[in-house]
Amino acid sequence: MAEVAIPRAKPQMSEASAWNQLKHNRNWLGFWFMVPAMAFLIFFLAYPLGLGIWLSFTDTRIGRVGHFVATENYEWLWDDSIFWLSVFNTLLYTFVASALKFAIGLYLALLLNENMPFKAMLRAMVLIPFIVPTVLSALAFWWIFDSQFSIISWSLKHLGLISQNINFLGDTTWARICVIFANIWRGVPFVAITLLAGLQTVSPSLYEAATLDGATRWQNFRHITYPLLTPIIAVVMTFSVLFTFTDFQLIWAMTRGGPVNATHLMATLSYQRAIIAGQLGEGAAISSAMIPFLLAAIMVSWFGLQRRKWQQGESND
Amino acid sequence: MSSVQIRDVRKSFGNFEVLHGVTIPIEDGQFVVLVGPSGCGKSTLLRMLAGLENITSGTISIGDRVVNNVQPKERDIAMVFQNYALYPHMTVADNMGFSLKLRNAGSDEINKRVKRAAEILALSPLLDRYPRQLSGGQRQRVAMGRAIVRDPQVFLFDEPLSNLDAKLRVAMRTEIKELHQRLKTTTVYVTHDQIEAMTMADKIVVMHDGIVEQMGTPLELYDKPENQFVAGFIGSPAMNFLKGHVRVNGVATFEGPNGVKLPLKTAPAASDGRPAVYGVRPEHFTIADDGAEAEIIVVEPTGSETQVFAKLGGEQVVAVFRERHQFNPGDKVRLKPDPSLVHLFDDATGKRMNA
Repeated sequence: MAEVAIPRAKPQMSEASAWNQLKHNRNWLGFWFMVPAMAFLIFFLAYPLGLGIWLSFTDTRIGRVGHFVATENYEWLWDDSIFWLSVFNTLLYTFVASALKFAIGLYLALLLNENMPFKAMLRAMVLIPFIVPTVLSALAFWWIFDSQFSIISWSLKHLGLISQNINFLGDTTWARICVIFANIWRGVPFVAITLLAGLQTVSPSLYEAATLDGATRWQNFRHITYPLLTPIIAVVMTFSVLFTFTDFQLIWAMTRGGPVNATHLMATLSYQRAIIAGQLGEGAAISSAMIPFLLAAIMVSWFGLQRRKWQQGESND
Repeated sequence: MSSVQIRDVRKSFGNFEVLHGVTIPIEDGQFVVLVGPSGCGKSTLLRMLAGLENITSGTISIGDRVVNNVQPKERDIAMVFQNYALYPHMTVADNMGFSLKLRNAGSDEINKRVKRAAEILALSPLLDRYPRQLSGGQRQRVAMGRAIVRDPQVFLFDEPLSNLDAKLRVAMRTEIKELHQRLKTTTVYVTHDQIEAMTMADKIVVMHDGIVEQMGTPLELYDKPENQFVAGFIGSPAMNFLKGHVRVNGVATFEGPNGVKLPLKTAPAASDGRPAVYGVRPEHFTIADDGAEAEIIVVEPTGSETQVFAKLGGEQVVAVFRERHQFNPGDKVRLKPDPSLVHLFDDATGKRMNA
C-alpha cells in the first residue's frame, strides 16, 4: 500500500497510550493484513530457495549434516561432462520446444479466431492436453513410444513402412525427439488459448480499415495482428520458456534422463544426484546453476514487456 | 471522383432480408447522407459499397464499373469508421501513409502526400504522436486524413461524429463540409442524426426498415415529406401529428381529435370524410384569434426561441415561437397552424395527400 497521509492525532488525544495510537495506525493494520501472504511466500519460496543455495556450498548428504565447502561443488561440476551434457540438453529442449510451441500455438490461435462451426467446442478441445495431469500424459506417451508395444511402430509395420519396431526411447536422437514432442503436445494449449485471448482484443474494424487500405491477409497479419499481439507474446513466451527450462515430471516419467543421459535436463540430473544418490550439496549446486539461465530469460522478457511507446500516453477522450 | 449507382440492391443475412431493393443514384462530387433510425440498413449499405459485405442481389457501380465482385482495395474508396479504427501501434504519419506504403509508394511520395493532408487538416504538429496521445477530435481528423491521403474516388463515412461530444460534433460537421467543398470528392455519409443530415447533405436519403422512404435535397424533404415517416424524422422538434378526418363543405377543414377544427388550404380531391393525419411543424404555429384553443403545459425558453408544449384537442403538441410571448402553464391560448404549410397524410398508408 502506498503511503497514505494519516491525519495527525488531535492534541487532546496525544495523551492516549502508545498502544491506542498503534491500534488506530493504518500502516500497522495494513502490515497485519499482509502477513499471511508474506508468510506463505517466505516459507514456501524464499526459504527453500535460500536453503538450496546454501546447500550448494556444503557437502551435505542425506542423513548427514554437511560442512561449508565453498565452491567445491561447482568446481566438481565444471569438470563433469554429464553436467555439461544436461546443460546442453536443457538448452536444446527449451529452445526447440518453445519455438515450436510458439509457432503451433500462434497458428492454432489464428485458426480458432476464425468464424467456424463448433467454435466453442473446438476451443475447449484444444485445452485437453493442458488439463490432463502431466504424469498421466507422460505415462501415455511412455506407452506410445514403448520399444515393444508402441502403437506408432505397430501402425507403421502394418502399413508396411518399416519392418522392425523403432526404439523410440532407447535411441538418443529418437528419445530427444520424443520428449520434446510430448512437451510441445502439453504446452501448445497454454500458448494457443492465451494468444487467442490476445487476438480477440484486436478490434475487427482495424482489419476492415487495413483491408480498405489495400492490405492482403498476410499484410493484415504482418502489420496489424503481429504488432498488436507482441505484448502478449512476450508474456506467454516468458512463462513458456520458464516452464520448459525447469521441466521435470515429463522427463522423469518417460525416460528418467536416459538413454545414456541423452534426455537428462538440469532438473532431472539435480534430482538424481540429490535424492537418488543422496548428494544433496551437489544436487543443490546443479539446481542453483539454473538460476543464471532463468534470470537471463526473465531479463529478456522484462525488456520485451516494457510498455511500448504506442501503449503510453493519456487516454483523454 | 466518380459517380456511384446503387441499383435495386438487396441484402440478406441467412433468410433475413435487411435491404429490400434500394436504388440510389449519386452524382459525381455529391455529398449524400444516408439517414435513418438504427436497424434501417444504412450502415449495411455503406459496408456493401465499401466491399466489406457481399451484395445479395442488384448492382453497385462506381464510375462506369460494376464493383459487385471487385475486392475492397481495388474499389478506390476510403472509409472513416465510427470508432476511427486508427492503428494504435503506428504514429499519425504512419497511420496516414499506411495505404500508400501497401501500394509500394516511394517514401518521398508518401511524405509529400501525408504532409499535404496534414496541412489541410491542421495535423502537422501531431504527425509523430500515437493515437493514444490524441484527443477525440484529433483522432477523428487523423481518420479523415487517412482517407484523403489516398485521394480516392469516393469517401465513405460511417457515423463519424457519434463518439464526439456535442460541441466538437458541431465543429467537425462544419469541418467535414468545408473539406468536401474544397476536395469535391463524391461522399456517402451515414448518420442517424437528422441535423447532421440536414446541415451537410447535397442530397439526403431517408431509409427505414431496409427501404428508401424518400430522397432529395434537405429543404425538399423538410418542405414536402412524401410520407409520415419522413415528416416525423426530419425536423427538430419533430412534426406534430393529429389524427382526424377531412371535411369539405364549402371550405376545406380538418376535424381533429375531439372535434378540433384545423384549417386546410385546399382539400385533396374526393377526400371528404376520409380519415387522415394532419401534420404541422412546431415552427408553423401562430397565435391567432381564430386558432384552436389549447392549454399550455410546459414552457421551455432557449433564448433564441421558446418551445411550448400544449394540449390541443386532448393531444400534446409542440409549438416553437421566435417572438417572446408571456406564457404560463395552465394558460389557454389559440394556436393556428399556417394552412399553406400543413401536411396531410393518408391515415392507412401514411402517404402524403396534399400537394
